Amino acid sequence: MSNGWLLLAALVLPFAGALLAGFLPTNARNAAAVLAGAIAVAGCAIIVALYPDVAAQEPVRLRLDWLPMLGLDFTLRLDGLAWLFALLIFGIGALVALYARYYMSPDDPVPRFFSFLLAFMGAMVGVVISGNLIQIVFFWELTSLFSFLLIGYWHHSAMARDGARMALIITAAGGLCLLVGVLLVGRIVGSYDLDEVLASRELILDSDLYTTALVLILLGAFTKSAQFPFHFWLPHAMAAPTPVSAYLHSATMVKVGIFLLIRLWPVMAGTDAWFYMVVPAGLITLLLGAFAAIYQQDLKGLLAYSTISHLGLITLLLGLGSPLAAVAAIFHTMNHAIFKASLFMAAGIIDHETGTRDLRKLSGLYRYMPFTGTLAMVAAASMAGVPLLNGFISKEMFFAEAVADHTGSLLDDSLPYWATLAGVFSVTYSLRFILGVFFGPPPIDLPRRPHEPAHWMRFPIELLVLICLLIGIVPSFTVGPLLATAVESVLGGSTPYYSLALWHGFTLPLLMSCIALGGGILLYLALRDYLNSGIEGPPVIRGLKGQRIFEKALATLALQWAPAAEGALGTRRLQPQMRLVVLLAALAALSPILVGGVAGTGTLPATPVEPAFALMWIVGAGCALAAAYQAKYHRFAALVLVGGAGLVTCLTFVWLSAPDLAVTQLLVEIVTTVLLLLGLRWLPKRIEDNYPTRPPLSTLMRRYADFGIACAFGGALAFLSYCMMTCPLPESISRFFVERAYTEGGGTNIVNVILVDFRGFDTMGEIVVLCLAGLTVFALLRRFRPAPESEELPEQQRLQDALDDAAPDRTPGDTVSDYLLIPRLIMNWLFPVVAVLAVYLFMRGHDLPGGGFAAGITLSIAFVIQYMASGTRWVEDHLRVLPLRWMGLGLLTSVGTGIGSWVFGYPFLTSHFQYLDLPVLGKIPLATALLFDLGVFALVVGATVLILIALAHQSLRSTRASQATEGGERWR
Amino acid sequence: MEIVLSLGIGILAASGVWLVLRPRTFQVIIGLSLISYAVNLFIFSMGRVTLDAPPILAPGGIGDPTKMADPLPQALVLTAIVIGFAMTALFLVVLLAARGRTGTDHVDGREAE
Repeated sequence: MSNGWLLLAALVLPFAGALLAGFLPTNARNAAAVLAGAIAVAGCAIIVALYPDVAAQEPVRLRLDWLPMLGLDFTLRLDGLAWLFALLIFGIGALVALYARYYMSPDDPVPRFFSFLLAFMGAMVGVVISGNLIQIVFFWELTSLFSFLLIGYWHHSAMARDGARMALIITAAGGLCLLVGVLLVGRIVGSYDLDEVLASRELILDSDLYTTALVLILLGAFTKSAQFPFHFWLPHAMAAPTPVSAYLHSATMVKVGIFLLIRLWPVMAGTDAWFYMVVPAGLITLLLGAFAAIYQQDLKGLLAYSTISHLGLITLLLGLGSPLAAVAAIFHTMNHAIFKASLFMAAGIIDHETGTRDLRKLSGLYRYMPFTGTLAMVAAASMAGVPLLNGFISKEMFFAEAVADHTGSLLDDSLPYWATLAGVFSVTYSLRFILGVFFGPPPIDLPRRPHEPAHWMRFPIELLVLICLLIGIVPSFTVGPLLATAVESVLGGSTPYYSLALWHGFTLPLLMSCIALGGGILLYLALRDYLNSGIEGPPVIRGLKGQRIFEKALATLALQWAPAAEGALGTRRLQPQMRLVVLLAALAALSPILVGGVAGTGTLPATPVEPAFALMWIVGAGCALAAAYQAKYHRFAALVLVGGAGLVTCLTFVWLSAPDLAVTQLLVEIVTTVLLLLGLRWLPKRIEDNYPTRPPLSTLMRRYADFGIACAFGGALAFLSYCMMTCPLPESISRFFVERAYTEGGGTNIVNVILVDFRGFDTMGEIVVLCLAGLTVFALLRRFRPAPESEELPEQQRLQDALDDAAPDRTPGDTVSDYLLIPRLIMNWLFPVVAVLAVYLFMRGHDLPGGGFAAGITLSIAFVIQYMASGTRWVEDHLRVLPLRWMGLGLLTSVGTGIGSWVFGYPFLTSHFQYLDLPVLGKIPLATALLFDLGVFALVVGATVLILIALAHQSLRSTRASQATEGGERWR
Repeated sequence: MEIVLSLGIGILAASGVWLVLRPRTFQVIIGLSLISYAVNLFIFSMGRVTLDAPPILAPGGIGDPTKMADPLPQALVLTAIVIGFAMTALFLVVLLAARGRTGTDHVDGREAE
């Protein structure tokens, strides 16, 4: 078990390091590099320490509950293959960290670079050691994301941005395909667990979904591993800093697709579908990449196409479906990572020390940097497949597999020729790399004078080249056991016999190697003049640019289709949108009727109509209609009329046994009316006579249509509610509340008990909404700028002030305060009365109508009355309300009460109650729900008062604005 | 009673919808108030019409759901009333700010051509 936790540490460490590096200061280049290097080395150590288990073919596992109800566990699983990849990731990661320390300029925000690099490392490790398919896809997408961030690291460069975007779109889209493919596999197998999937070959192959799943998974693997036709993103990813190219785009990330193919090889390979999809893709990629690599003028471009070609080679090997080919694929994956990473680093050094990586400018550098030159030569020789180097051995294996018979088809039979041709190409571009850069006449016009790099910058290359040599000369002593472990973990019992020797005698593959070497040299000599002429890109296939198609597709999508769709479906006008909303709402409400038909109006005997109730509703309906009619030109009247409709609603609640609702509705009605009255001041004047009597036809048509919609909507709602009200009430959860309100909630007012106890969590959400609304109002009004025409004082106030100014013994504001003398006195005296009412409503809330909401609004009305009576300025001078504190305390009290139940070991918001006998007040219920309700109360007071005060305060602001122009006006 | 209440709901809703579709912000806010009355009553009426039986228990009692008004829709509507108030306040301020910024009280922020 402890090994499992060690494995988890290997996964978590890089992410933790990424977080840490992200917080380092921008100039902390050394600290970040040391951090990244240390974490990579630690990862290496963990992986190496786990080798004994892995070598015994007992994968190290860790299983944690993740979504047990869906049968998903968080599983880590380190077998031989994962071990090999993890070692590559950490090992090359450590070298890249060292290299990047010297490569990155101190002017760049280097900690950010290392942060991304570490996060990428973590994601990579996640892919290879995940023991469940969903988890693999998750980390897979993470690698795409961090690759995007790393390619776009120099985000001031357009090339970096475009390259990053292209890579992300291609690989992430592939990742989505992979996700669907993996879901299909999970469906076939009945589990996402890797162990179970790997044990279900027959199940998968026999399934009808096999081909679909295969295509989707291959799409994921091919996009990630830059296989034709998705290869074009990789050369563009070269805009990344070179350490990234060495790490992500040659050694690790592009191998993830390969890794997945190897991982699923035992259960999905070996069919015709597999062969005919994977082999052609690999073959085309192999040849195309190698061919294009010859003609690149950019050093990194050459290496990128060569990487594509080698990835194609590995894919091709996997496609063949024979165990020996799989062995070769695993071996070559490793070899390629080693020599290609060192080549990229060498290219980075050349770029770093000369200022260019254009092959047309570079030449004869050997005399300036002999060490680097020698190292690059060895690595390039390995890439070309020269004996005594690791690339030679895996390439021999490839040739041997190309010669071997697999399906007997034409494609299979022609493979040896294609393979030799690819070998020729690879020798040619390797020669070009070496001869073009290091030999020939001394360079002219280089941006910098070339010299050897710092020793530690070269060290990673030295180490990697040493490994190339060791593997190439004594393979069975160095890499043999590791490879055997990896191979056996994949192939299990069907592991074939293979020999990792340098010399197999005079065989066909050896002949092919010789032809490739000779042919490559000849081809280079034949092409030398053409290449030196400086033409960009390969002949024949120059026009074939996947990238151009991609960009065209992107432009069509973003610049044509999206605006077209917006033009066709969208509008910036609110009215059509509202109409759509209303119609959709009506449709949604009617859909059950449209589907199921009308069951009649129900069987419940109608309650006899009481004339007073009907009369009241005649008034209410009249108010509503009149408000609708008047809202345009007579806002004040409309407001009064809406108040009438609200009162009728409130009375209906009283009538129909809902006292709590009636109380709340009445109080809210008061506050809303005051609020809207305060708002009226800032709206433009609209005089009916100023408008033409007959609006244009289009407006009329719209009105008729809206009228129709409104009538239909109202009619439908009336019909629906009538149908519902006459149906018998089905059994609902109400019974639960009614039966337990007292026994378990300790209150007799069931509605209140539901709100503060049974459904306390809902109420908490609701007060948070209220709180947010209050804060938003406050924030919006702080920046409020009234329209210029609303800034001057209202007409009444100007008249009053003029009167006051005219009389010598009066000061402005006297008139209004005279008028309001008696009301103001009463209102001032009302404050304690209303406050006591609020307390009363609050205290009785648990047993009788009332409660925190009602009490809170009541208290806020007490405050508002003071504003109305005495004016904003007077109240603000005499009464400090501090609504924000009320809100904060309220929220804290409510949440605290909820959390308090944790202390006693109960779930959030569990309520406790008992009755308390107080001397004067009598027996009052004392439930923790009461404390919760207290929080609700305080928050409602705070939020309501905040909204009202913020709005009322605006009148002062405008006075201040007009004071500047009119001078001396003072509003009371 | 049912027919009266449902007609009332219908008329409130119709007036509200009409106003919500109008071009002036004040009309819309009045319309929203009317719609919220209608919807609150509609939700409330899902508990059926019950006279003189508020959902309040006798002290110490266990309630019989068949004999009193359904408390559940009431609890829902109580929440809706408060939220409706918050939204009205928010919308009012947004419309005032929009009017201050754009100089018009048209819902689109500019007068129709």
